[in-house]
Amino acid sequence: METAVVKERSISALGRILKKILGGIAAFFKSIYGNPKSAIGFSIIVLFMIVAIAGSCLPESQIVGMRFEAPSKEHLLGTDHLGRDLLSQLVIGSKDVLAIAFLTGVFTVFIGLVIGLVSGLIGGVVDKVLQMITNLFLSVPSFPVLLVLSTMIVIKDNFTFALILSVWNWAGLARAVRAQIISLKERDFIQICHVMGMNKGRIIFGELMPNIASYIVVNFITIMRGAITGSVGIMFLGLAELDSTNWGTMLYLIFQQGFLFNSRAILYILSPIFCIVLFQLGIVLLANGVDEILNPRLRKN
Amino acid sequence: MKNEGRDISIALRGSFSAAGSVLKKVGILVGKFFYKYRFLWMRIGIALVTLMLAMFLSFLLLELMPADSVDQMAIKLATERRIPFEEARELAISILGYDPDESVFEKFGSYVSNLFRGNLGVSIVNPTINVNSVIAKTLPWTLFISTVSLIISFGLGTLIGAFMAWKRGKAGDAMLTSYIVVSSAIPDYIFAVIILYLFAYQLEWFPQMGAYSIEYEIGFNAEFIGSCIYHAILPIFANVFIQTAGWALLMRGSSVAVMGEDYIWAARTRGVPQRTIIRKYMRKNAILPLIASLALSFAGLFGGSTLMESIFNYPGLGQAFSLYIAQRDYFMIVGILFFESAILVIANLIADSMYSIIDPRIRRSE
Repeated sequence: METAVVKERSISALGRILKKILGGIAAFFKSIYGNPKSAIGFSIIVLFMIVAIAGSCLPESQIVGMRFEAPSKEHLLGTDHLGRDLLSQLVIGSKDVLAIAFLTGVFTVFIGLVIGLVSGLIGGVVDKVLQMITNLFLSVPSFPVLLVLSTMIVIKDNFTFALILSVWNWAGLARAVRAQIISLKERDFIQICHVMGMNKGRIIFGELMPNIASYIVVNFITIMRGAITGSVGIMFLGLAELDSTNWGTMLYLIFQQGFLFNSRAILYILSPIFCIVLFQLGIVLLANGVDEILNPRLRKN
Repeated sequence: MKNEGRDISIALRGSFSAAGSVLKKVGILVGKFFYKYRFLWMRIGIALVTLMLAMFLSFLLLELMPADSVDQMAIKLATERRIPFEEARELAISILGYDPDESVFEKFGSYVSNLFRGNLGVSIVNPTINVNSVIAKTLPWTLFISTVSLIISFGLGTLIGAFMAWKRGKAGDAMLTSYIVVSSAIPDYIFAVIILYLFAYQLEWFPQMGAYSIEYEIGFNAEFIGSCIYHAILPIFANVFIQTAGWALLMRGSSVAVMGEDYIWAARTRGVPQRTIIRKYMRKNAILPLIASLALSFAGLFGGSTLMESIFNYPGLGQAFSLYIAQRDYFMIVGILFFESAILVIANLIADSMYSIIDPRIRRSE
C-alpha cells in the first residue's frame, strides 16, 4: 500500500520533471523562432549539423573523373584537384569543422567560467593572481601563440586542435564573468540569500549562475565563431595535419598550388569560402538573436 | 657707470629670482602632475609585471621546442665551416646564448640577460640573421598598415555607429546592421583572399604582392611613396572593411546609452540643433569608452597581420613570422612573439592611461 503511494509519487515527480524539461525545450524553440535573426541563424546551423551527420556516414571519396571537371548531373559541383567529387568532399569536411568549433566552445567556456567564478567569488590574493594571469593571456597576441603552439604540438585530431584553440581564448570571458559576479555579489537578493543562511553551492548555482547564463550562451556561440576563424587560419598556413577534405586545408591548397591562377578551379576556390561564410553568418545571426531574446536591455528597445 | 653696474646686477638678480620662481612653479606643476595622475604608477607597475610574465612565457615556449634544435644548427655550422661537430656545437651555443645542457635556472638567467642586452634571439637556420634586424626591416611596414587601418576604421566606424544610433529602427540603421552582420561573418583573411582574387588576379587593378615596386629608387621621392600607397591599398581596405563593423557596433551601443542621458534631453528641449547635439554632445561622450578598446583592436591587427601579410605577400613582421613558423626557427619565433607582446603591453598602457586622463570619472572610481 505504502510502496504503491511512494511509487506513484515518484512517478508523478518524474513526470513533472520531464514536463518541465520538455516545456523548457519548447519554450527555447519558441523564443528562438520568435526572433527572425535567431530563427535564420539556428536554421542555418541545423542545416550544417544535418550535413555533417550525413557526411560522417559517407564512404571515403573515390577518384571519379578528371581534375577540375565542370559541374554535371553526377557531380553537382564538379571535381576537385584530384578528380574527386567536390560536393561529397565538402560534406565530409563539414563534420571536422563543426566538431572543432563545438569542442572549443565547451573547453573555452569551461576554463573561462571556472577562472572568472573563482576570481570573482574568492577575491583577495587569489583574485589578484588570477587577474594577473588573465592580463598576460590578453596581452600576448593570440593568433601568433596559436601558430607557435601548433608548430610544437602536432595537431592530428579534433580534440587536440580544440584544446590548443581554447588555451589562449578564455581570458576575455573570464574577465567579463568576474566583473559580472562582482557586481552581482553586491546586489540585494544575493545579500538576502547570505542572511537567510543559504549554503554557498545553492547561492552559486541557484542564484548567480542563472543570472549570467544568458551571457555565457551568447559567448559560447561567439567563441565557436572565433574557433572556426582560428582553426581555418591555422590550416590555411598548413600547420595542422588534417584531412584534405577540411575547408581550411582546401584554402591552403588553393594558395600553395596556385589554383588562384586556374580559371577552371573557380568552384573549388569558392565552395570552402562560401561554406565558411554561410556557417559563420548562421552563428552571428544566432548570437545576435539570442542576445536580443535574453538581454532585457536590448528587448526594451 | 656705477649705477649702470648696479642696475645690471639688480636686473640679473631679478632674472635669477624670476628663473627660480619659474623653476619652482615648474617643480610644483610636475609634482602636481605626478600626484594627480598617481594611478599611472599602478598601471606602469602592472605593465612591468605583465612584461616579466611574458618573458617567462617565451622562455617556457623555448623549453618546449624539440631538444635537437641546437644540434641541428651545430651540424649545419660544422658542414658549412668544415669544423668538428663539438666545436660547431660550442659555437652554436655561444651564438644563440642558450645551452641546452644547463639547468633550467641557468638557462633562464642567460635568457633574461640576453633580453636585457637587447638581444631578442638569433636564427637557427641562418646564424647571420637575428630578431632585431628582422624587426628593424619589417616592423615599419606592419606599423604602417595597421595604424592607417586603425585610424580609418576607427573614424569611419564611430561615424557610422553614431549615425545608426540616431536613426535607430529606421531604414538606414537596418541597412548598416546587415553590413555589420555580413562583415562579422567573414573572417578577415577570407575577405582578403576574395579581394586579392578579384582585384589583383582577375581585374589586375592592384599588384599581387610586395610593398613597393622595384623600378623606383627607395627614398623620399614621390614615385616611391606613391607606389608604397598603391601596394598598401588592398591590405588596408581588407582590414578596414572588417574592423569598421566592430567599431560601428561598439559606437552604436555607446551612443544609445549616451542618448538616454539627461543632458541630451535638456539640449533637445533647449532647442539645440540636431547636428550640434550629435556632434558636440553625443559623439564626443560616446567615443570615450571606445578609447580603451583601441589597444585591443591594435592587438588584433598586429596578431592578424601574420595571415593578412602572407596572403598579400606583404614584407611585414607578420609575413616574417609565418616564414620562421614554416622553417621551425624557434628562437626567431619566440623572439618575435615576445616583441609583439611587449608592444601590446605598451599599447594597452597608453590606451588605458589616455582614457583615464581624458575621462576623470574613471580615475575617481579607482
